[in-house]
Amino acid sequence: MVEAILDVRGVSKRFAFNGESVTALTDANLRIEKGEFVCLIGPSGCGKSTLLRMVAGFESVSDGELLMWTKPVTGPGPDRGMVFQDYGLFPWLTVRKNIGFGPVARGRPAKEVRATEERFVEMVGLTRFADAFPHQLSGGMKQRVAIARVLANDAEVVLMDEPFGALDAMTRERLQAELLEIWAKQKLTVLFVTHAIEEAIVLADRVVVMSPGPGRIVADERIDLPRPRDPTSPEFNAMRRHLGGLLAGHH
Amino acid sequence: MLAVVFPLGALLAWFLSTLGSGFSLIPSPGEVGMALYDLAFGGVYDDAFSETLVTHALASMSRVFGGFALAAAVALPLGMMIGRVPLVRAILDPTLQLLRPVPVTAWLPLAMIVFGLGPRSAFFLVFLGAFYPVLINTVFGVRSVEPRLFEAAAMLGLSPSASFAKVVLPAALPSIFTGLRLGLGFAWVVIVVGEMTGVQTGLGAIIMEARQLSRTEIVICGMAVIGVLGFVSDKLVMLIGQRLLRWSPQHG
Ligand SMILES: Nc1ncnc2c1ncn2[C@@H]1O[C@H](COP(=O)(O)OP(=O)(O)O)[C@@H](O)[C@H]1O
Ligand SMILES: [Mg+2]
Repeated sequence: MVEAILDVRGVSKRFAFNGESVTALTDANLRIEKGEFVCLIGPSGCGKSTLLRMVAGFESVSDGELLMWTKPVTGPGPDRGMVFQDYGLFPWLTVRKNIGFGPVARGRPAKEVRATEERFVEMVGLTRFADAFPHQLSGGMKQRVAIARVLANDAEVVLMDEPFGALDAMTRERLQAELLEIWAKQKLTVLFVTHAIEEAIVLADRVVVMSPGPGRIVADERIDLPRPRDPTSPEFNAMRRHLGGLLAGHH
Repeated sequence: MLAVVFPLGALLAWFLSTLGSGFSLIPSPGEVGMALYDLAFGGVYDDAFSETLVTHALASMSRVFGGFALAAAVALPLGMMIGRVPLVRAILDPTLQLLRPVPVTAWLPLAMIVFGLGPRSAFFLVFLGAFYPVLINTVFGVRSVEPRLFEAAAMLGLSPSASFAKVVLPAALPSIFTGLRLGLGFAWVVIVVGEMTGVQTGLGAIIMEARQLSRTEIVICGMAVIGVLGFVSDKLVMLIGQRLLRWSPQHG
């Protein structure tokens, strides 16, 4: 068996909330191999963000084990880059410096940092805006910066929590296409949260379907359609119906 | 343009109201202008006030900027610690909050007992006046950093020990600047009160002395000079702020 880059084994998460224990996720099992593009879908409150944040190392697991390359995840680290829906850019840094933040933080030499900044500013098409500050950018541009800064940091796994949820439909489609291109070129492993079935089918190798009350994984479907995927094709529609059924709870 | 209309109108109203009648408790703009010239360069009245403006202005400015600098030097690190170190907050915050509502001027009698009648009391009041705005805004700034930014920094590989310098400080800078600006403004308010008792030099001192001698035109000169100096120093801080905070939509 190929070794999994991420291995989630019987993971549960409970939060203490107003003195009570809330179960956000129960007994989740998920193996992801290097290079896979996996989407998590499900209605809100089913534990998608919780699972992603545990993989990122922002939250600890209550039960079970969460392994990356067979080692337990103990905290955040540059091998797992996160792209937030609200961008989380440093407003006091220019586009270039936001992208260079990780390499600087990890003490890379200045010359290398500059070259990395250049390379990734260009990769996400923001050369003209390299010296702009985040508040001067559109939402789509901000999210490009957020993606570029985790790539610039050599992240092996890219975790994305509804990254395009706040963008208009046209920008979203462009960014989906760009993301797929970068994913293929950089051989990334992507774990991508969305609540849009279409987005999941456009992007993913595998769609993991989750359900609330308490949050759990209910299905794990492979999408074998060739890319780029055509949302008007009958196969796409069949998959949409299939996943819609799983989400609605009749299996 | 509009900003000029109102003061010119007010000046005209002032001028007209001092015309004619022998009733002259309020000096005319002309008299004040003459007094200001004499205060600055001498050669008109050649009395005790002539040519003393620079001395007084420098004395006040040294107290304002000295007291302000000392206040900033204490309040900035203290505010950062209160904001980020729970133990320091638990120890100091209640006391500081309790003392905060006491108006700075209410400290004057006590300051005169401790520091004696003289410039040191004035300096202390300026310090106190500038202290709280800087402290409160620094605490607020370092406490209200978006949690998301710490997560972003951590997943990019920043060590927790570096996050103060790389995340907290830059994120708090706009608040800190607001505090510095308010503090300096307060320093100018307080200096006059501080210099009104037992101080020989300073703009507050000449205002007080001129009042006792019924030289109202000198009183007005003192007020005008304080206004201008306060305005210029505020603009200076604002300019520095705008340069450093180019990234902030509120400041840049
Ligand atoms: N920090 C927290 N404290 C308490 N409850 C939480 C916390 N984070 C998430 N939850 C709860 O866990 C459940 C799953 O949340 P989440 O993972 O954000 O769902 P999703 O991202 O799928 O919408 C929700 O019921 C939510 O209220
Ligand atoms: Mg969520």
